[in-house]
Amino acid sequence: MNDLRDLYQEVILDHNRRPRNFGPLPTANRRAEGHNPLCGDRVTVYLDLAGGRLQDVAFQGSGCAISTASASLMTEALKGLTLEEARGLFKGFHDLVTLGAAEGSPELGKLAVFTGVREYPMRVKCATLAWHALMAALDAQDLPVTTE
Amino acid sequence: MAMTAAAVSVAPAYDLARVRADFPILSREINGRPLVYLDNAASTQKPRAVAAAIVDCYEGWYANVERGVHTLSQLATAARERARETVRRFLNAPSAEEVIFVRGTTEAINLVASSWGRQNVGPGDEILITGLEHHSNLVPWQRLCEERGALLRVAALDDRGEVRLDEFERSLSPRTRIAAFAHVSNALGTVNPVREMAAMARRAGAAVLVDGAQAVPHLAVDVQELGCDFYAFSGHKVYGPSGIGALWGRAELLAAMPPWQSGGGMVHSVSFERTTYAPPPHRFEGGTPFIEGAAGLAAALDYLTALGLPAVAAWEGELLALATERLAAIPGLRIIGTARAKAAVLSFAMEGIHPHDLGTILDHQGVAIRAGHHCAQPVMERFGVPATARASFAFYNTAEEVEILAAALQRARELFA
Repeated sequence: MNDLRDLYQEVILDHNRRPRNFGPLPTANRRAEGHNPLCGDRVTVYLDLAGGRLQDVAFQGSGCAISTASASLMTEALKGLTLEEARGLFKGFHDLVTLGAAEGSPELGKLAVFTGVREYPMRVKCATLAWHALMAALDAQDLPVTTE
Repeated sequence: MAMTAAAVSVAPAYDLARVRADFPILSREINGRPLVYLDNAASTQKPRAVAAAIVDCYEGWYANVERGVHTLSQLATAARERARETVRRFLNAPSAEEVIFVRGTTEAINLVASSWGRQNVGPGDEILITGLEHHSNLVPWQRLCEERGALLRVAALDDRGEVRLDEFERSLSPRTRIAAFAHVSNALGTVNPVREMAAMARRAGAAVLVDGAQAVPHLAVDVQELGCDFYAFSGHKVYGPSGIGALWGRAELLAAMPPWQSGGGMVHSVSFERTTYAPPPHRFEGGTPFIEGAAGLAAALDYLTALGLPAVAAWEGELLALATERLAAIPGLRIIGTARAKAAVLSFAMEGIHPHDLGTILDHQGVAIRAGHHCAQPVMERFGVPATARASFAFYNTAEEVEILAAALQRARELFA
């Protein structure tokens, strides 16, 4: 079971059990959904974008431990970043789980726990689901302001 | 094979060790552990006899069929027609001319929807399916209904995962043109009372198509006794090659049906003005067919018949009972699909562990199961889960493998605790 722990590291299991920034974000002005039709996983990413920076980030959805923990850790890593930095983080994370290229790269921080995913090609989509939703949200138009 | 103390005391009527030796893949390792293959509802492994039949075709008698006067072409044509006869016997169909070779169940259903459906379903007509259908017995009918302005009706499931027969009967009307339903559910294992359902549909004047993909590996099928009009199955789920399957259809229906794919091999005579079509089954088999696949399929059916479907069903029943007992004892594990009549398919969900995580964790221990929606999203919705984990058994599985599955699930719980 040792190498299984390389995939399911304690940080991942912890964020799966207790996802951070989970639930709709009342101040969100950007939102995008990710859906993996293969497994039925769905995630919605909420962004509060102001002054060119991500003031707040949250997510909601249901999925496997890899996708839930990835979304949870993503929300933590994104707060305070500029749009440019957020896109850079996406690329760094994507390279990490597909190539293992950026392993240990300092700006990835805790996200390095996903390094084991690259050994599991079928699970890469789980790890990147929320990230693709993030990119869609970054590219999206601002949400219409509601009075609710 | 060594059994653990708590394993079932009964043994199959056949020599399990010898049967397993017929399937070389079963002795390989996965991630350093012996393979425990419990994804048989997705596809089954192949006995040596199937591989040998395909090699024999390539090395001994391969040529195109129906075309040539040379010896090899005649041998290949005869071999393919013998395979057709093997399928006829396997289903106890009245005539081999009622057996159409197709790529699999999906193609068989599309054939019926496209040919019979377009001819017989019109605006305001109805098609009845059930809540446990595989997408392959849902989407073709949905498309036909959209195209023809017909209505797709669905008989719902009860909490056990059985079709509500009262609702099924009530959903039939004089407008119902065809009732299409699975013999055995791939997602839940439910065995439908096909004879009863077919009789209800026929009383309403509807034709009956049975999706037999999950049934033929587990129980003896007699299409005459079932009282259906069409019966479809896939070779790869019954220990044969993937890419070949069969559709049985009642002769009088097939005779009246137009072609669905056109080209060579399905015609009688062709001119620029007019083409006349071959009689069934060739009318529905345009193009060069999967010649070696038919030989492999026949070898698979012969293998299963020699083993004996009653013995197969009895042993798989033991495995299902043992697995149900072991899995039900795991805290937080919920078995989905508790029909009174079930084939050896066990769908389940574990509290706090997504099926995909289970799939990965079990794979690490050499155990192959399916995790996902099983191409039956409406079934998942009915039971309020996005996906399930599914262990499905074959006659070559052992009681020890059930114990390995249960232990692996326990370990998954510990990892996620």
